[in-house]
Amino acid sequence: MAKVTFNELAINNLNDFVYGHAPKKIKFDNGMVIGGGTVYPEVNFTLPPMQVNKNTISKAYKQYKEMTEGVCQRAMELQVPGLVIEIELVPDMTFNPEWGIETTKIVKEVMNEYQDKNGLKSLLRITPVDVREGNDLEHMWRGKHWDLVMDTFKGCAENGADLLSIESVGGKNLHDDGVMFCDVAKTVFSLGIVAARDMEKLWENIVKIAEETNIIPAGDTACAFANTSMVLAVRGMIPTVFSAIDRVMCAVRTMIANEQGAIGPDKDCGYEGPYIKAITGTPISMEGKSAAVAHNSFCGNIAAAVADLWSNEAVENKRLLGGMTPEICTEMLVYDCRLMNQFTASGNNLLMRDMLVESDSRLDAHAYIMKPSVVLNIAKEIIKGKTHLERTKIAAKAAVQEIRKGFENGSLELNERELNYLNMIDSQLESIPDNEEEFIADMIENNTTEKFDPKKYDIA
Amino acid sequence: MDREILNELTVALQKGDAIKTQKFVKIALKKGYEPEQILTEGLVSSMNTIAEKFKKKQIFVPDLLLATRAMNAGIFILKPKLKKQLFSPIGKVLIGTIEGDLHDIGKNLVKVFLERAGFEVIDLGNDVPVNYFIEAIKKFKPQILGLSASLTTTMYGMRDVIKALEKEGLRENLLIVVGGVPITESFATGIGADIYDMDGTKVADKAKEKLKCYNF
Repeated sequence: MAKVTFNELAINNLNDFVYGHAPKKIKFDNGMVIGGGTVYPEVNFTLPPMQVNKNTISKAYKQYKEMTEGVCQRAMELQVPGLVIEIELVPDMTFNPEWGIETTKIVKEVMNEYQDKNGLKSLLRITPVDVREGNDLEHMWRGKHWDLVMDTFKGCAENGADLLSIESVGGKNLHDDGVMFCDVAKTVFSLGIVAARDMEKLWENIVKIAEETNIIPAGDTACAFANTSMVLAVRGMIPTVFSAIDRVMCAVRTMIANEQGAIGPDKDCGYEGPYIKAITGTPISMEGKSAAVAHNSFCGNIAAAVADLWSNEAVENKRLLGGMTPEICTEMLVYDCRLMNQFTASGNNLLMRDMLVESDSRLDAHAYIMKPSVVLNIAKEIIKGKTHLERTKIAAKAAVQEIRKGFENGSLELNERELNYLNMIDSQLESIPDNEEEFIADMIENNTTEKFDPKKYDIA
Repeated sequence: MDREILNELTVALQKGDAIKTQKFVKIALKKGYEPEQILTEGLVSSMNTIAEKFKKKQIFVPDLLLATRAMNAGIFILKPKLKKQLFSPIGKVLIGTIEGDLHDIGKNLVKVFLERAGFEVIDLGNDVPVNYFIEAIKKFKPQILGLSASLTTTMYGMRDVIKALEKEGLRENLLIVVGGVPITESFATGIGADIYDMDGTKVADKAKEKLKCYNF
């Protein structure tokens, strides 16, 4: 598929920017339409504490079968209009693609059974682990690690996956350093150059696999990037303004999947999703309050404001009073979605959206940059950039301005420590040279370490 | 001698300005301050203030890291002039993420806190096989081993490392600290670890306390 550059917003009007509706809705043969007006639950579950190896893999398969049965049964009882199940393969299931493929088959078989016998419409998203890390990594785009990721995608695509996603990690090590020091130049370099180049190569190949197998290349997430910032900010380790600005920069990176042909719904943990939807028009999956089983955030309600799928992130299989955790999460998501869809049915979806927004946006900078009006303001600046680097810098600058504006007009509360960092980030942005080659040369000179070898990205 | 230059040094370090920290260390030396005085009254006392502020959540991790970097820059100037080695580590820690686990920012943060507390930390990185831990313990002879896991499917790898240590006769003189998102107190105790806290910032203090009770 030819590369697309998004130079216009797909959504220009705030009233068109609402949960359940996406300009580029996706229709499936089973009748589900994502982005067509209905928000569906996306349930994600994983193994309880256990090792996965050749001695235990059959137990792991059994767990997945039982979890899928539990989720489908609960979804059927609650009369969902449709369900998405996501399996984020554990690392061993990408290091051993045959295990990931077998898991895909097992989960899909249960889903098919419920669809055939009970009319439960469902779709399966498979997310292999991006294992391209470690001391023995030869290169990001060739060699053993790359082959494992691609073999897993291909095998899962051929054996039951409907949607393909990944939490890709190109540039992550550099970004981690950038976050720890709130080093804006390093963060911009990691996202706008390193991660951007990796996303192009990675998604070109994922889209190709999806086309060959006639399934959906769904999208990526900045989980390894802005979610690290977000969680550190929630724990008070870094300023929330940094995590907010990082999130907006990450939107440029995640959108590269769409430029290469991904059509959504992007990954649930990509809290940059509203930017992807505004710019590309593709539907998005989001997570928030019902993902507190996996991690904390300060944006649990606002995350739902423009979601097309509503997810729990991931829950490990455990028994609680209400049943097994995947079933409990299913129920929580179903009720969240039912309420949102009922607001839509009664013509009040914008009211619901605005309540979700207003309940969070004032209290945290990261929540604030997810406010639909703010997203549209920043998104229309991002698309003016000609390169990924330029777009990343524009994203950061526009986010700084919007956050400052929000604070000044009383829409966002920030303390002095946060404001100091906002000023610091602003001045760091100013110091980044406009000349891309000069910037890259400087960054490579100062950041080539054991953890980041530019040659593995063909940069240098 | 007036203390103005030491005050300026303090401000530079607390702002995390490595260049100015070095500049004021050089000026202080020219003014005739003893290197030991610059170290203790200029660098170490400022760093202690920073560490206290961090504990009280008055500053962020980047402030702590930048101040540490500035302090090290100052020490770099002072080191050749110090009459004796004032900094001997309070202990040696070997740290790494369990095999199959590629997440390491939590481990990296704990490393920062341990170093700040005065430990020498040897970082084996992430995705570390059991035999690498064993070989590294034989080679570096640490008092403490730190194991990190962020996945429910890798956390039991910690138990494998501990079992392997027992088999090799290396467990006895070693404190083991474990951490990571899925790790709980009962899990840590169950696999035979000595130190755990869900808050990574508290691990260094616990390790310090525990180490005092042993004579490794």
